Amino acid sequence: MLIRRPDDIRPSEITSRCLFERRREFLRLSAGVALAGIFPSAHGALGPGRSSSYSTSETPTPLKHVTAYNNYYEFGTDKEDPARTAHGLRVRPWTISIDGLVRQPKTLGIEDILKLAPLEERIYRLRCVEGWSMVIPWLGIPVSSLLKLVEPLGSAKYVEFITAVQPETMPGTRTRVLDWPYTEGLRLDEAMHPLSIMAAGLYGDVLPNQNGAPLRLVVPWKYGFKSGKSIVRIRFTDKEPRTSWVKSAPQEYGFYSNVNPDVDHPRWSQARERRIGEFSKRTTLMFNGYAEQVGQLYTGMDLRKNF
Amino acid sequence: MNPALIKPPLFLACLAPLGYYAWGAQTDTLGANPIEAVTRGLGDWALNFLLITLMVTPLRRLSGWAWLGRLRRMVGLFVFFYASLHLATYLWFDQFFDWQAIAKDILKRPFITVGMISFALLLPLAATSNAFAIRKLGGRRWQELHRSVYAIGLLAVLHYSWMVKADISRPLTYAAVLGVLLGLRVWWRVQERNKQLAGAYMPGPRGRIIPIVVRK
Repeated sequence: MLIRRPDDIRPSEITSRCLFERRREFLRLSAGVALAGIFPSAHGALGPGRSSSYSTSETPTPLKHVTAYNNYYEFGTDKEDPARTAHGLRVRPWTISIDGLVRQPKTLGIEDILKLAPLEERIYRLRCVEGWSMVIPWLGIPVSSLLKLVEPLGSAKYVEFITAVQPETMPGTRTRVLDWPYTEGLRLDEAMHPLSIMAAGLYGDVLPNQNGAPLRLVVPWKYGFKSGKSIVRIRFTDKEPRTSWVKSAPQEYGFYSNVNPDVDHPRWSQARERRIGEFSKRTTLMFNGYAEQVGQLYTGMDLRKNF
Repeated sequence: MNPALIKPPLFLACLAPLGYYAWGAQTDTLGANPIEAVTRGLGDWALNFLLITLMVTPLRRLSGWAWLGRLRRMVGLFVFFYASLHLATYLWFDQFFDWQAIAKDILKRPFITVGMISFALLLPLAATSNAFAIRKLGGRRWQELHRSVYAIGLLAVLHYSWMVKADISRPLTYAAVLGVLLGLRVWWRVQERNKQLAGAYMPGPRGRIIPIVVRK
């Protein structure tokens, strides 16, 4: 008599072949998730983030170039230096103080800041004052979501961004190549503009140290140096802040530093740029191609004088 | 030491930097901005070779190795070789042979102006780097012409320092080495002059003085 005995293992419990073959990947991923819980600074995927209509459809610059070609003078003045020396940066615990002309000065932990708004993916063009550019998929929150928290006073006109100095981990800060801490600044309306973000990641992952971990400014219509890295303090003022590059060479770097193909750097042309990974040069666009969104911030201003 | 034995390997060694950048470009190992790396690397090597040629005379003097002088022309021509390639990368990769933009750039940007002047000054030196030109010009005039290499060195360092954004440590290093090499020459010149003024070179009476007498 043939009695059909059920299988020891139900078909639903059998790992499918394709998953079985990816078991190492699964182990690696789950280890990563576990580590991320234990060590908050370990790199864990931040996820893709919400997509945004502010993103460009241009092809992003490969991750290996975005993370290996950086201007972060605290870690050395060669563009290869930060990728080599920034591993020591202590990114936890990390707090950002927001003060100055505000009703509610606050000091916030990085974890709380990242909960202020859902992370959005913003694929932005980045144009360096040196004449090269990239396209970077950032992950971040609007700067405005952070600034609104402290209730700026009516007298506040400018926002100063002050970045970290860790002499033990930042070899560049032992030289006087710039005035440390590196500071940058924006007009309040520029900072509140929806294009301005505080980025905590790129390519769906936690921001690498050399790109300004754990939180950096990204202002895509200005030259790259305006977007300060590893921000520790934000200060509201009524006077235009003196930024590090303006202090270093006021005839060469202005407070506004909007990307502008018609206003050359005194020592080189800004009319064109080399997109990293490309051979030919591209024509640089007014406000780095964001003129439609930000042009009205500067109506009536002489951009040659306010360079 | 026979310079004929050193020249072939030295020639190959002088080509090594070019080989490095050619290989790097081929294998894509020059980083995110290979064109910038090649342009700057070739400029660095033009300057390196210029400093090496300026080291020949002091080294020869300090070591007493006269044969070193026989190698100088080749190294000097490599200065011109790398400077030409450096200029070519600018004309091609930077400006894509847009001659109008290039002319504007030369007039408007001091570091380009200075770079172009240094290159223009290299041309007569390269053109007269042969025995025929030395004969034609005469040793003294030829030497006077070739002293312009000192000015070229100063202009090249200036070109470099006006190009960098904030960290001038590398141009300063070049300036320091150039300063030592030119300073040595000034120092030797002053010493020579002092010796002459002190009468060290006046041929004094030597040996027995033979009186000139009218033979009867």
